[in-house]
Amino acid sequence: MTYTVQVTVMPLKELLDPQGKAVMGGLSNLGLSNVQDVRIGKNITLQVEAGSADAAKEIAETAAKKLLANPVMEYFEVAVN
Amino acid sequence: MKFGVVVFPGSNCDRDMQEALQNDLKQEVVMLWHKDKDLSRFTTNDCIILPGGFSYGDYLRCGAIARFSPMMQSVIDFANSGGKVLGVCNGFQILCESHLLPGVLLRNANQQFICKNVYLKGVGGADKALKIPIAHGEGRYFADEATLNELEANNQVIYRYCDEKGQITAAANPNGAIRNIAGICNKNRNVFGMMPHPERACTSALGNIDGRIILKTLIMQPQPAFV
Repeated sequence: MTYTVQVTVMPLKELLDPQGKAVMGGLSNLGLSNVQDVRIGKNITLQVEAGSADAAKEIAETAAKKLLANPVMEYFEVAVN
Repeated sequence: MKFGVVVFPGSNCDRDMQEALQNDLKQEVVMLWHKDKDLSRFTTNDCIILPGGFSYGDYLRCGAIARFSPMMQSVIDFANSGGKVLGVCNGFQILCESHLLPGVLLRNANQQFICKNVYLKGVGGADKALKIPIAHGEGRYFADEATLNELEANNQVIYRYCDEKGQITAAANPNGAIRNIAGICNKNRNVFGMMPHPERACTSALGNIDGRIILKTLIMQPQPAFV
């Protein structure tokens, strides 16, 4: 069957995220001073044809490792819906 | 020797590179379409250039999609068999994504696209800092400590951002690149990547010919002299 798999790709925690920093400044200007930090990544939704949820997850993990994320600058999480 | 300049969808410095090599440096240049893969007319004495631009619209990550184009498979084989490859700007990003060079180019620390002249210390710049333009939004070189130490130990850092006097300072670093790195090469010294654009500084009509020094010493000499 077809599984919907969400791949979340985020910049590594130790790296400066200028985009998140800019949005953080915007939120402060809005008066939302309780927001302590903003980091921006990508959410990639895959439709995966597989025999089981685990198999779909494995395929998505391969996709993330080989193309969707670059481990030098990003980490990823995979969730099957 | 002759040069091949790869044209990807979204390349926009390919003709500048052709112009600089053909007209300013009097070299033979062949334009290479990304969908082709034939490099049989090139020998390892020749050089393939990946030009600047926004290949595949910078989708996903800069250079990430270009890596899978048919021509890049041939370029990777060409590099692995010892042929010279130079990537400028987006070309540098493609080389990193293709694992021909270590590390990655991140969004500029100041969140801005930067287009200006900078000064470089490195290959061909023994006597003076080379003035070369940069034009990028993602040029902040980054690699982990172990990789950086290895690059330095092997003398693989080919250019660093410096001031007019050649001093490598934080103030002279335009994009936040780690250790002021503007360009690197691989261990075998046949694959070169740099963010600054030497092809934009090759004719006196543009008021700057420092780019000629870079193209000549880096890729037109059998073995570049490292500073």
